[in-house]
Amino acid sequence: MQIRLTVNGEPRALEVDVRASLLDVLREGLALKGTKKGCDHGQCGACTVLVDGVRINSCLTLAVMHDGDAVTTIEGVGTPEALHPIQQAFLEQDAFQCGYCTPGQICSALGMLAEAAAGHPSHATADLLAPVELTEPEIRERMSGNLCRCSAYPQIVAAIRQAAEAA
Amino acid sequence: MRAFTYERAGDAAGAARAAARPGAKLIAGGTNLIDLMKLEIETPTHLVDVSRLPLAGIEPTPDGGLRIGAMATNTALAVHPQVRARYPVVAQAVLAGASGQLRNKATVGGNLLQRTRCGYFYDPAKPCNKREPGAGCAALEGFNRMHAILGASEACIATHPSDMAVGMTAVGGRVEPVDGEGRTRALPLSELHRLPGDTPQVETALAPGELITAVVLDPPPAGRQLYRKVRDRASYAFGLASVAVAGGQAALGAVAHRPWRATTAEAALAGGASPDEAAAAELAPAQGRGGNDFKIPLTRRLLAAALAGENA
Repeated sequence: MQIRLTVNGEPRALEVDVRASLLDVLREGLALKGTKKGCDHGQCGACTVLVDGVRINSCLTLAVMHDGDAVTTIEGVGTPEALHPIQQAFLEQDAFQCGYCTPGQICSALGMLAEAAAGHPSHATADLLAPVELTEPEIRERMSGNLCRCSAYPQIVAAIRQAAEAA
Repeated sequence: MRAFTYERAGDAAGAARAAARPGAKLIAGGTNLIDLMKLEIETPTHLVDVSRLPLAGIEPTPDGGLRIGAMATNTALAVHPQVRARYPVVAQAVLAGASGQLRNKATVGGNLLQRTRCGYFYDPAKPCNKREPGAGCAALEGFNRMHAILGASEACIATHPSDMAVGMTAVGGRVEPVDGEGRTRALPLSELHRLPGDTPQVETALAPGELITAVVLDPPPAGRQLYRKVRDRASYAFGLASVAVAGGQAALGAVAHRPWRATTAEAALAGGASPDEAAAAELAPAQGRGGNDFKIPLTRRLLAAALAGENA
């Protein structure tokens, strides 16, 4: 089936198997290997990308369902010469060991920060109507869909906090 | 994943018509269905994509209730000002489930219609009456600490995994399914999900193809609202037990094949019983299967504390 996606700002036309996940099309069809396949069942968050600015698990959605959508992967976040502030914060806080979950962590953090900026409450928010304050418990709750088997969680939280405070 | 054909629905009635065909299924967020298709537990031959139908609005009804379009995402529901201000139990329930990524994709209609997370339903090597009617139930004598304590049967002790539906069930309301002729009916939320009985593969009162277009919540009952959930991790885990309270109404989650409206406890409270007595009455018919015996006192205490307004 023919679909059109805008990936990291570039329009792409693709022929895809209807069974293909968005994740597999990004990795295999477009050779964007930054987005990682961890569990492939929506449990680990390594495949997190932004679709129209909103974070989702790319493993649990069919590429054909995204015809016309704009997708941002880690390749579209910063450049080696000019890192995105979140990428810089991950470096400064040593927020990874093996790095496999990192692209998903960073894309998820980008989506999460936008949600917080829009005033979205979380399970950790005591008052659903109060402004959001990105405390450590809030960041941990909002990032719970991204697992890190190296358990770099304290540094990941610190990096996101640094990026949030700088924003 | 088995091969299938795919279409993007143009309108709700057309989607219902297409989905009524044998082997066809509706797909919206897809977060549960695609997972099950990868495991070949769900093997649709045709998918009808309803995710782009213009059914995502959330707006007050003239009688003071709230109409929630079935394609609204779980996130859109939880963050909506009307929901946060007037139905906090629903916002809290949604936010207690899944992850940010999943809530961004999952829809309100799909959340209601998600399948159980019973490990034996997910394991094709084990018998499951829900997956293969008549095969037997491996959970009865298996690892069943997550399983049902209320309303179960010898055929199935699976639970409905939704948090959102528990919050909605405490408030009360209806779903509005449309059929292939374009006819919409009103189905009380309390009648949408079935108990397993001898036919655990039949999970809802929807006819084949019927598409939920909206959930219409009743006006918020007078009184406080709260949602409490007990789970094995602090976040991103299905519940062992949960409770939603909306005024004098309450519902339990993760304890039965459907969101469990605690009508016995409600009646006891209305008759002057204490929260402890009301919770004990609700859990009186509960039955454990070994691994889940602990859920009976756990749920009783959770319900009693919630009815008393405590932060259990």
